[in-house]
Amino acid sequence: MDSWILSLLIFIPVIGSVAMLMASNSIGKENKNIYKIIALIATGLQLILAAILYINFDPSLGIEESPFTVQVDWISSFNIQYFIGVDGLSMPMVLLTALLSFLCIGISWNIKKAPLGYFALFLLLDAGMMGVFLSMDFFLFYVFWEVMLLPMYFLIGMWGGPQRHYAAIKFFLYTLFGSVFMLLGMLALYYYAPDGNTFNLIELIKQAPRIEASLWGYDMKFLIWISLFIGFAIKVPVFPFHTWLPLAHVEAPTAISVILAGVLLKMGTYGMLRISYPLLPGEVVNFSFILALLGVINILWGAINAIAQTDMKKMVAYSSVSHMGYVLLGMAAVVSTESAGAEAGLNGAVMQMFNHGTITAMLFMLVGVLYDQAHHRWIVYPDDYEKPELAGKLAFGGLASKVPVFNGFIVLAFFAGLGLPALSGFISEALCFIGGFSAFRVLTIIGTLGILLNAIYFLRAYQRVFLGPFNEDYKDLKDMSNRDLAIILPLAFLTLLFGVYPQPLMNIISNSLNKIIIIVQPYI
Amino acid sequence: MEFNLIIALSFLFIPISLFVYQLFFGHILKHNTWYVSIIGIGINLSLALSFFYRVFHNSPDDHMLHYRANWLTTGNFNMDLGIFIDNMSAIMLVVVSLVSFLVHLYSSEYMKGDSRFSRYYAFLGLFTFSMNGIVLADSIAMIYIFWELVGLSSFLLIGFWFEKTSAAMASKKAFLVNRVGDIGMFIGIMMIYFVGETHSFNLSDIIEKVKTSEIDSTYLTTAGILLFLGAVGKSAQLPLHIWLPDAMEGPTPVSALIHAATMVAAGVYMTLRIFPILTGDALTYIAFTGAATAIFAASIAITQTDIKKVLAYSTVSQLGYMVLAIGVGSYLAAFFHLVTHAMFKACLFLASGSVIHSMHNSLHKLNDHETDAQDMMNMGGMKNKMPITYFAMLITTLAISGVPFFSGFVSKDAILAGTLSHYFDHGGITILLPIAGFVSALITAFYMFRLIFLTFHGKPKNKEIHKHLHESPAAMTFPLILLSLFSFAIFFTGTINPLSDGSKGWFSKAIGNGHNYVIKVDSHKADAKHDESYDLVHSNEIHSKANSNHNSSSDNLYNFTEHVAHGTHAAHYTAMYLSLLVAALGILLSVIIYYYNKINPNSFIKVFNVLKLYDLSKNKFYIDELYNNVIYKPFMFWSKVSSKIDWDYYDQKFIDSIGKITLSISNKSTKVDYDWLDQKVVDGFGKITHFMSLKLKKMQGGVIQSYILGGLIALIVITLIVKQI
Repeated sequence: MDSWILSLLIFIPVIGSVAMLMASNSIGKENKNIYKIIALIATGLQLILAAILYINFDPSLGIEESPFTVQVDWISSFNIQYFIGVDGLSMPMVLLTALLSFLCIGISWNIKKAPLGYFALFLLLDAGMMGVFLSMDFFLFYVFWEVMLLPMYFLIGMWGGPQRHYAAIKFFLYTLFGSVFMLLGMLALYYYAPDGNTFNLIELIKQAPRIEASLWGYDMKFLIWISLFIGFAIKVPVFPFHTWLPLAHVEAPTAISVILAGVLLKMGTYGMLRISYPLLPGEVVNFSFILALLGVINILWGAINAIAQTDMKKMVAYSSVSHMGYVLLGMAAVVSTESAGAEAGLNGAVMQMFNHGTITAMLFMLVGVLYDQAHHRWIVYPDDYEKPELAGKLAFGGLASKVPVFNGFIVLAFFAGLGLPALSGFISEALCFIGGFSAFRVLTIIGTLGILLNAIYFLRAYQRVFLGPFNEDYKDLKDMSNRDLAIILPLAFLTLLFGVYPQPLMNIISNSLNKIIIIVQPYI
Repeated sequence: MEFNLIIALSFLFIPISLFVYQLFFGHILKHNTWYVSIIGIGINLSLALSFFYRVFHNSPDDHMLHYRANWLTTGNFNMDLGIFIDNMSAIMLVVVSLVSFLVHLYSSEYMKGDSRFSRYYAFLGLFTFSMNGIVLADSIAMIYIFWELVGLSSFLLIGFWFEKTSAAMASKKAFLVNRVGDIGMFIGIMMIYFVGETHSFNLSDIIEKVKTSEIDSTYLTTAGILLFLGAVGKSAQLPLHIWLPDAMEGPTPVSALIHAATMVAAGVYMTLRIFPILTGDALTYIAFTGAATAIFAASIAITQTDIKKVLAYSTVSQLGYMVLAIGVGSYLAAFFHLVTHAMFKACLFLASGSVIHSMHNSLHKLNDHETDAQDMMNMGGMKNKMPITYFAMLITTLAISGVPFFSGFVSKDAILAGTLSHYFDHGGITILLPIAGFVSALITAFYMFRLIFLTFHGKPKNKEIHKHLHESPAAMTFPLILLSLFSFAIFFTGTINPLSDGSKGWFSKAIGNGHNYVIKVDSHKADAKHDESYDLVHSNEIHSKANSNHNSSSDNLYNFTEHVAHGTHAAHYTAMYLSLLVAALGILLSVIIYYYNKINPNSFIKVFNVLKLYDLSKNKFYIDELYNNVIYKPFMFWSKVSSKIDWDYYDQKFIDSIGKITLSISNKSTKVDYDWLDQKVVDGFGKITHFMSLKLKKMQGGVIQSYILGGLIALIVITLIVKQI
């Protein structure tokens, strides 16, 4: 069982989508619901497996010692392996992926347009994400990374909003552009590895730092770092590669926005921590200031832009840019001379990856619930609105009294987003700042402005949409359905749990991250 | 688990359970749901008293309970949460529980019939939970956590009647303005955390570190001021005071509990907790902030006509007093004033709530929705209609004005004495501190009696409204009676002698003078300075005591707080006579203008308005407008601009143009590829081949060699083409 569980995590969704294709010839003709039921079963099984994995997971074991690790030759002539494993860094991401995928099937329950295609592609996407987080072979990692891209392209491009084609192509090209750099970095690592060509990420931890080569007068390791960084930075997205995000998030259907913000963004930072950090520790040290700087820019730029947004989904999208900035700042803290600071920063970064996943999923989901009923999600109608008499006016108002349960969750999600203590966003942001402060004083102090800026747009939106006199146009608005509640309660629970008692999350991750710190610290 | 710990945890556990209960099940019992809350808070109050009982026996440095447990740990990074109870927190617990209890009781009538009645009690529970958390916290991180949570409950309660746009705006403003201060506090926490070798958020650890190791004083000053910025936000000090007057949009009992007695005092409480590590420079900054706030807010309160706004500015001003007291090193006086102020200001707010409630009912009967129920210009002559409210308000007004026999006199006098002694020590510009203190005292006495006269005395402004006024029900008057009783000095000093400085009372014994481990006072200089001031009051006894202290301490330095205490004691009589004088003057002015109407206030206004002073005060010195136009609007504009830059220019123009360039290149290359390479070159070869083949057809006589030749040529051509590409 132990050795099968990871493979099953990756391939159950694939089996699910194959089952759908087979069903499409028989049952699917009469009953379109079969697809979502298959999808629910597949993601449900995946979630159960992830839970079993979590229960049996021993955070003190590395990839080599872990009983779950599978390492077999795949394309032996190029020394490419099917090498999958799980450690403290990937464990929270696996849980997050499994949970959000499962919940997203619930969010997509009412998809009418081409359900077969939608759910089959969704499951492929799910498999790709799981594969990225479990791969310990760079080639395999790259394959899964690319596998994700295509379903995502179609999911945005076919089931998205009015500008979906443009958004999809932009997302696709942007990400592909990053992938090319990643590919270059990967091949360079492969060919320059001193003890023979390998994609094995664990093996490369020992080999990569010994690469002695240069190209066009630049150190090879530096070039590899840069190309990997561009590849990952686009995914995060790091300023200035961030503009695909608001568009893709806004145009994508709700479930896909949840996956995009909840899981896909984390792949960028995950990739850095999994690959760039242990393999190129010297470059990490040299680059850390720029990383922190970009983190702070992300925090502030994302938040400032979020303030100006009149579309709720776009606001949440920009808030993701801001929140991912915390992750970067925390990651940069690895070079802190204070071990407490480095640990706080790196652990905070990964906690933030997880917590932002749950919080932003709540936010997108809630906006989606409102959108499904109101058919728009303006906070204020834009100046060029189709009905000129409404332009510049408040679009909603006073919803709090009409939909009290919905309002309760909005308060929870918004305050979690602005980093209120006792909700999970606070502790991870605080740790990122504490870590950042120990390494980069001035930058972090500038970054703490984010504490205020993030509060501004969330509270402004809350006040304008939910408080004030009730807008009678929405007198038929219904409160959350039981399905909505079933989707949001697990997320709300996790947000509260890790806000009040974050140690369980810390226990999963800290061993693996402290190993990374040990790898990087000697290069300071 | 230790029994004491269970009791202490119940201060958190009970209110948060009440929150959850009222939020999810509050609708079940309808109006009676408040009984559940009051029983819970009642239990808390009695438990608080059980700690309080020990205050009489303990010395200030004893602690009754210190328990810490690990909350978050990895490697060398540790974050503990813990509970720390000493005399100060025990007293604070009683204050919070008592006021909270009374407000729970009072609200049962005040909020009767509100559609979100149970929600209101839920939020009160959440607030009490968070406030108790601040009081019990043993670490600065834990204070910050609960600090934000009181911010949340304040947000929810200010915006409780969120259908009113003004209430919704006020709640947002309160939260955001507080966050500005919190940024400073957060940075301060990080700075303090990284002091020294071992890292901890725990207050006693931090104090120990500062005590034992040499820390760069600039660093410590910066950290201290940054931490204090949190208090500037929460305790509504300049320049972040703007949220508190707006917060009056919340229900009045909430204003009494949160925005007068407890939450706003949390800033002062926190500053007292970090007092041991505040440097001299940090204290100077704090003192001037407090003094400026005290006089500034008082000068606004004079001209306000909304009864709650007057009280709100008065609160800001009194908080300024407390902060000023900390700044001059009067640890005891600051906390003393915090407690006495909590009692009389809570009472003042609840009494004003009683007035507003009665006005509302009367207006409701008259079907009048235009008249402002909070405007004092619509009141007058309510004394006979609402005698209990009137007497409660009168007593507490006497207390806040600093009249002997009342608590405010003693605590305010202690602060003023502290400022005087501080001036005697430092001289120079610090003379502004006592001046600000005494002038504010004068203004305070004036505007508080103005409030009394306008509301309760004189002829009713509107006969109809007046006719329907009634005294509030017992659930509302009982808290008034109790709180006004606690506004008598005897409860704190234990002596009837009005001129005592209370130093023999249980309160000063329980709190002591505090400690400060950073400021070193040169004993010779201090003695020399003090000789002059001592002569003023002939206090040789204290002098010798100071000397004995001096002998017992090493390296010619002696305790800063002791030094301040002696100075304060010495300045006591000077301060007292002066403060009596200013209070009397203020009251007298008020009596002449508003009671006997000897001087028409309008002529007064004219005189002052020569320099636009009246307009300035009436419009709160245009601070809100200033912030709005200088910070808020430009910032919002910038965010719009930056979003335009980000999307319309950077993305649509720059990024997409990269795409477009690529596209046009690929269009070009298609052209090259197809029109030229394919159509011309390749097809050209084809044509040539074709042409040749026509020629060669003739040769096609089954000669295999010619076929092979043709194939070979083709191969060469293809190879050439491929090589080229």
